[in-house]
Amino acid sequence: MAADTTVYKEIEGKGGDYFSLVGWLGVMIAAGLGSTYYMEHHGHVVTGMTNAIVWGTPHVFAVFLIVAASGALNIASISSVFGKYHYKPLARLSAVTALALLAGGLMVLVLDLGRPDRLIVAMTKYNFKSIFAWNIYLYTGFFVIVLAYLWMMMERRMVPHSKKVGLFAFVWRLALTTGTGSIFGFLVARPGYDAAIMAPMFIAMSFSFGLAIFIILVSVTYKWSERPLGDLILFKMRNLLGVFIAAALYFAVVQHLTNLYAAEHAGVEAFILMDGGIYTFLFWVVQIGLGSLFPLALLFNPATGRTCQGIMVASILVIIGGLAQIYVIIIGGQAFPLQLFPGMEVSSSFFDGMVHAYAPSLPEVLLGLSGMATTLLIIAVAVKYLPLLPTSLSDAKVDPHHVSEDA
Amino acid sequence: MTKTLNTVDSTRRNLLKGGAAAAVVTLAPGVTLQTVHAAVTGPATSAKRWGMLIDANAPEGVWDLAVDACKAEQGWGKDEKDANPATDPQWIRKVTIKDPKTGAKANLPVMCQHCANPPCVDVCPTGASMKRADGIVLVDKHICIGCRYCMMACPYACRSFVHEDMHGQRPHMPRGKGTVEACTMCVHRVDMGQKPACVEALNKAGSNAIMFGDLNDQNSDISRAVSKYVTQRIRADLGVEPGVHYRGI
Repeated sequence: MAADTTVYKEIEGKGGDYFSLVGWLGVMIAAGLGSTYYMEHHGHVVTGMTNAIVWGTPHVFAVFLIVAASGALNIASISSVFGKYHYKPLARLSAVTALALLAGGLMVLVLDLGRPDRLIVAMTKYNFKSIFAWNIYLYTGFFVIVLAYLWMMMERRMVPHSKKVGLFAFVWRLALTTGTGSIFGFLVARPGYDAAIMAPMFIAMSFSFGLAIFIILVSVTYKWSERPLGDLILFKMRNLLGVFIAAALYFAVVQHLTNLYAAEHAGVEAFILMDGGIYTFLFWVVQIGLGSLFPLALLFNPATGRTCQGIMVASILVIIGGLAQIYVIIIGGQAFPLQLFPGMEVSSSFFDGMVHAYAPSLPEVLLGLSGMATTLLIIAVAVKYLPLLPTSLSDAKVDPHHVSEDA
Repeated sequence: MTKTLNTVDSTRRNLLKGGAAAAVVTLAPGVTLQTVHAAVTGPATSAKRWGMLIDANAPEGVWDLAVDACKAEQGWGKDEKDANPATDPQWIRKVTIKDPKTGAKANLPVMCQHCANPPCVDVCPTGASMKRADGIVLVDKHICIGCRYCMMACPYACRSFVHEDMHGQRPHMPRGKGTVEACTMCVHRVDMGQKPACVEALNKAGSNAIMFGDLNDQNSDISRAVSKYVTQRIRADLGVEPGVHYRGI
């Protein structure tokens, strides 16, 4: 392995573009906070959520960001745990991105609570049988461990220990995503959830979403800061993204195939795959088509997969497909009615037996977007004040022994 | 100026657990004082298992009586003109079921089933969802953070989230915007040795369509009935062991 000669340096961040980006992100965060005030003042009656669709758009954004957070740490894990030195220069940014994504996701989750002012209650009173309570530990633990990991990577004296902490962080991130998937997997009464496959599927999804976000971040940051970004590292991440998209797709296929085999799940499967209107559209067109198959074609077609633009478009599509997938899981799973009396036609004043209606409201969308803005703002500030980014990611820097494929 | 001196709030959870009940004394017009009485039935213990037996073959009209009695007792429900059906709480509802093959129909009330293994209690991160020793499942409104995970977990859609400001709260049943609520099996009445409001309303109308009592007491009417007739519990396959039994479905 080559000696580490990577030079890390803060980005300049003095131009109008940087401050205008920070300004816009600030505006988006303010809009999210305003939405929270509006929702808390009037109550959740001003949102699209109801007593049947109890988790709405904020949860789609929050779960997406939290899942992506653990995935974004993969680049660091691959370098320090699996010894792939090509990725090492990006390990610091990978850790910061993971922290920022988790912070943005948790912000949305907390601000959507019926009583966000009682956050202190959630931090002091625990029911240890609840996967939610475990997640509070998994999330706070993730912050502590990844911060320690980041410090060890950045502090020269501690670098030799960073591999051990990196391994711990890798195991922890697997536990964290298992916990997030299990929020749904443990819901025995909902036919759309209640499946052990939720946990590994969420892990595969995290690999894919986290890397897609990371590729966009790296490409944009290097372009804006006018630092060299070689094809070598970009193509390596492209290949990895292709594998992760395929893995996430595999789990989605197995999830539905397993459900289709069980007669008791025929109803919910018919709903998602055929008769679910918006959910069916989001599943087939956005999640499977635009979010999985099309990006795979883009990445592995030489005409597009060998260009930065092609890889960027594929990454953006993975994010859009990921949001659609989580929308279908969270909201589609609630829209399909609970089966109180299987085999019977059921009706009541509480909409028993009916597909539940839901339309995202503006405050919910703004709150969700403010979580994304928070993530980006943390990263924008971090790369300006901390030496996170290598001055060059040219092929020669990433791998001194590299021989160009074109040679 | 209206002022309420509330001595119950901060310790309400323990009071509920211990089986105490609150009474209200009017000191002056608009000024009330809540005092706490020990429950006549003593602290909640696992020696008791409160439950209900519902006769789904009862005339349909009785279920409207039960729903109205619950609304009046607990202070939920609104006039039709102000109603938001998708977001208004419903602690008990009349459900109509029909066998699509035979056309046979039945009506029955569905409320919190007070499970022995309640999923809502399992998933609650703070422990606000709780089960008393005597089987009554409650929400401690003081530590409910409004995450709604219990609503995701309840197999019976029996919990409601308070989506907006509300009026007409009852002194024995403080409710809060942004928290979750459900049937309490009229714990405030049960602890005073009375029957839940829905049961009493039906009894007054000459109906025994909802029977209430201690399932652990072999001599209670409900125990005799559930040992005499085959009863069903909704989604018994889930293993949550509801405390509410049904006949005729």
